[in-house]
Amino acid sequence: MSESTGPSHALTEDAIPRLPRGVRIRRDEVRQRTVLLAPERTVALDPVGCAILDKVDGVRSLGAIIDELAATYAAPRDRIARDVLAFLQDLAHRGFLDVAP
Amino acid sequence: MSETVQPKTASIPPPMAMLAELTHRCPLACPYCSNPLDLTKAAQELSTEEWARVFRQAAEMGVLHVHLSGGEPASRRDLVELTAAASACGLYTNLITSGIGLTRTRFDALVEAGLDHVQLSIQGVTAQKADTIAGYDGGHAHKLAVAGWIRETGIPLTINAVCHRRNIDDLDRLIDLSLALGARRLEVATVQVHGWAERNRGQLMPTEEQVRRTTETVNRARETLRGVLVIDYVPGDYFATYPKPCMGGWGRIGLNVDPSGTVLPCHAAQTIPALTFENVRDKSLEEIWYRGAAFNAFRGTEWMQEPCRSCERKAIDFGGCRCQAMAIAGDASATDPVCAKSPLRARVSQIADAAVAEPQGAPLIYRGRPARAAR
Repeated sequence: MSESTGPSHALTEDAIPRLPRGVRIRRDEVRQRTVLLAPERTVALDPVGCAILDKVDGVRSLGAIIDELAATYAAPRDRIARDVLAFLQDLAHRGFLDVAP
Repeated sequence: MSETVQPKTASIPPPMAMLAELTHRCPLACPYCSNPLDLTKAAQELSTEEWARVFRQAAEMGVLHVHLSGGEPASRRDLVELTAAASACGLYTNLITSGIGLTRTRFDALVEAGLDHVQLSIQGVTAQKADTIAGYDGGHAHKLAVAGWIRETGIPLTINAVCHRRNIDDLDRLIDLSLALGARRLEVATVQVHGWAERNRGQLMPTEEQVRRTTETVNRARETLRGVLVIDYVPGDYFATYPKPCMGGWGRIGLNVDPSGTVLPCHAAQTIPALTFENVRDKSLEEIWYRGAAFNAFRGTEWMQEPCRSCERKAIDFGGCRCQAMAIAGDASATDPVCAKSPLRARVSQIADAAVAEPQGAPLIYRGRPARAAR
């Protein structure tokens, strides 16, 4: 496991998160919500989760994502950082997010 | 079909997942085969077009995940077309396979067709052990090759393993093997000793001590491998205090379509003689899910008897497994006899104790193979 991911890399602001192959976001029209689909799992996304994952493109760093969200929502950066970190760390622990250190 | 089917009550949620049993054909001969004793013949299987229609109906009614299973789904010549059809509806497509019947070319075509995830079964941690359990020489080596192709494409891989008396002590090595193969998930399910497995019960039923050690190993590995390997573990229930929430509740989360198009609330539901099942050749999936008699038979909690009816756990385990209630209590609406509150709990313990006390090393009775000597 040389190239990846996972818990050995605690999320830092330099880290670049991306959705791995086999994890994708789609609209669930029947239930009127957006979901993250992964092997054997469905995660319902709230608007905050959607906004965060919208920025996760394998290019932006975590720091850049936080900056952009703080600007968009005119919210204190440290509060946004806390929310983003908690959300993405949880996804990483469940294998739904890859992180390039 | 222009009529819109209204849910029987607003409390019936649309299904999240569909298990598509594409065929009952399978090259392996596992002694715990979970397919029904009465297998669907190839000539009765749904056609490519019929499956495509079922996938569309499933997606329209809210199914998100489709599991392409069997038997061995690769025994279907049209597996690539079926995968493409499911994927075209936006369904998350999971192939549950032994790997036998897949070639590199065919696998690449599946990836091209939109396959999202592969669950590859492993029967043991060495070729000798695995091929002995599967009753198929050379199977394990081929699986390792298939895992390599999966890893190269980047498609996420889950290793699944049925654990039983003869392989459960190898769990640490199975975890190592899963990591070496690049899996991000491992599913370990303790053998269920119904159906075909019943005739091998004494050779397959793990001991209470094995079950306890396995639970410890799983808990330890989950901690040390957090973020590296997700482990889903279905413990054996014969030594448990409470039953498993079978299917997450009858007719609540998912449905199965068998190779002939019969729609089942769980893969073993046909062991309940009082139920009648409907077929996608006659009715829409939506109509069957919301209105079908079999789906409504054990939905919710109204059907329950005591001690389930007044139990504080009835929305946790939904009374347990209906098929196990049928098999042991002779009554599909009885409390799962595994439950400590069941008057038949002692009978479950007797069955388990008698099974584990049987002499070990007896020949396994393989599915679809003539009896042979123990190896």
